[in-house]
Amino acid sequence: MILERLLYNLRSQGLRVGPAEWLDFLRGLEAGLAEDMDQLYWFSRAILVHDEGGYDAFDVAFSATFKDIDLPPQLKDALVEWLSQAREGNPAVPVPPGFNSLEEMLAELKKRLEQQKGRHDGGPHWVGTGGTSPFGNSGRNDQGIRIGGTGGGRGAVQVAEERRWGAYRTDLTLDIRDFQVALGMLRRLQREGREQLSIERTIQRTADNGGEIELVNERERVNKIKLVLLMDVGGSMDPHSALVSRLFSAAKDMKIFKSLESWYFHNCPYTWLYKDFRTYERKATAEVIASLSPEHRLIWVGDASMAPWELTSSAGGFGDQGPTGLDWLKRFAAKTRHAVWLNPDPPQYWDHPTVSAIRATFPMYPLTVEGLKNAVSRLRRTAAG
Amino acid sequence: MIPTSPPGTFQGTSRYIADDGLLADVNAAIVLGRPLLVKGEPGTGKTVLASAVAEALGVPFTVWSIKSTSKAIEGLYTYDVVQRLNDARFGEGDVRNVRRYIRLGPLGQAFSTSQRVVVLIDEIDKADIEFPNDLLRELDEMAFYIHELDETVRAAHRPIVIITSNAEKELPDAFLRRCVFHYIAFPDRERMRRIVDVHLPELPEKLVEAAFSRFYSLRRQDGLRKKPSTSELIDWLTVLARMGVPVEDLVAKLPYAGILLKQEADLALSERARR
Repeated sequence: MILERLLYNLRSQGLRVGPAEWLDFLRGLEAGLAEDMDQLYWFSRAILVHDEGGYDAFDVAFSATFKDIDLPPQLKDALVEWLSQAREGNPAVPVPPGFNSLEEMLAELKKRLEQQKGRHDGGPHWVGTGGTSPFGNSGRNDQGIRIGGTGGGRGAVQVAEERRWGAYRTDLTLDIRDFQVALGMLRRLQREGREQLSIERTIQRTADNGGEIELVNERERVNKIKLVLLMDVGGSMDPHSALVSRLFSAAKDMKIFKSLESWYFHNCPYTWLYKDFRTYERKATAEVIASLSPEHRLIWVGDASMAPWELTSSAGGFGDQGPTGLDWLKRFAAKTRHAVWLNPDPPQYWDHPTVSAIRATFPMYPLTVEGLKNAVSRLRRTAAG
Repeated sequence: MIPTSPPGTFQGTSRYIADDGLLADVNAAIVLGRPLLVKGEPGTGKTVLASAVAEALGVPFTVWSIKSTSKAIEGLYTYDVVQRLNDARFGEGDVRNVRRYIRLGPLGQAFSTSQRVVVLIDEIDKADIEFPNDLLRELDEMAFYIHELDETVRAAHRPIVIITSNAEKELPDAFLRRCVFHYIAFPDRERMRRIVDVHLPELPEKLVEAAFSRFYSLRRQDGLRKKPSTSELIDWLTVLARMGVPVEDLVAKLPYAGILLKQEADLALSERARR
């Protein structure tokens, strides 16, 4: 059955359509909510997709399902109804140009329907959508007969094939606002309480006072989460600088964290972390590590790709003593579990020795909206457990 | 023609221009009796939709504006315990009658009227993350239980519930599964033209065209923190027309840029881009 094919196409596109939605969808079909392809498109999308991030995947599945199928039965029903109305001489049904009488046109329509093997979109002749034929819907023959559908629009399958929602996919990188939504999930970690009346304690105290009312407010709880962004800049990170600065401004604008610190490094943190590379305002990495509390959440941003010696020798090869870059990373990891690494390179490029070494130290996610969401939920899990 | 609109469905209003998809989804929500969740960029007419639906169907309309402190129960009812304590203390009123201290919220009122109504739950994402989950059962059954009275209020006519979200927070899956979802895409030039014509019917053609070009190229600019929206475009056009800004100015400069861009960083960015 064609609808089942839609269901499995949707699921193979990664849309988690469950039985509850599917039943709702079938219920809606029964109620006559989708009598033609356009309505079917809008209606099924509204019921089965819950987020604009899924619209593109939906379009792919929808066009794959309905691209080459027969004229849907609903459209045929609409035709039959229209034919009966036309036969009754309904004046609202105009005769398209090129025909001398209604009868002549009806005969032609029947003929074309019989000849037509399948559903048809576009073109001047067949019954379908988006064409200039006098029959069908969403077409450009002004005086033609609209069969189902809504006038002036494009056919649903065509709309789906255009994939206009590609930019909304959550597995691709997006803009500041999307980052903020993802970072906003960290807010759930925070005890976000405010001053509020404690009814139980008010009643208790009022009773203790012999009826003299005493309002008791519960103590305000405070936001505790402190966000630390540690960003790799320069070199192989240059192509990603716009993306990283977007993430940074997203975090900066949010004001939901108790504090936000940001530090820069090149390739790997060594003895110093920089506030600003131009002014060389800096702080000793050891001090930053020492200042970390259980409320801090660390987000590393970097491609983690470098020459192996930059990771495994002291000060990236410029010093001869002391901890290596990897040592520094491990010191961070030893101090706090609440740390993740975001990599702007797509995961297929992570097959690199220094990336593997860093991944063994911090859980790594791609710097996309979805990646950031997963990173944030990881941070929520480390806080819970 | 064939698909005539059945009574009780929404076809837009003279002031509210909706695309076919939105119309289909509003009607799907009405027929299924499910809440309609509307998302979209700020300024795409999410909030206005509910009043347009109410107007088109000729039914009453109530708004429940969500704040960060809102709790689900407040939309249903509140029990004013402090007033009751106060009355008990000073011997005022009939303290034994709990009913006097129960006040129905916007959703509670919608459930208890004998008529079908449109309820707008505006900006649900402002509230705590648990908020939508706390309304699941009530929205499913369109009924709620008043603990203090041991009473269940059940809607005689399922209200049309429209919920807007600015995507400031993720909404829980269980909640999403129960909603009809529609994302209002930002209007393209053609539809924007129709929207502007409804609001400002007598603008000179040239001015609108020039302003549209500036507006859409501004929206395409990378790195804007807040893209200008429909309502800002309409404000801007109003000012341009009222102040008699010459059309040529729109090519060389961006007059009254502050109406379109509200953030200093964005203004600076548009300055730089023009040089």
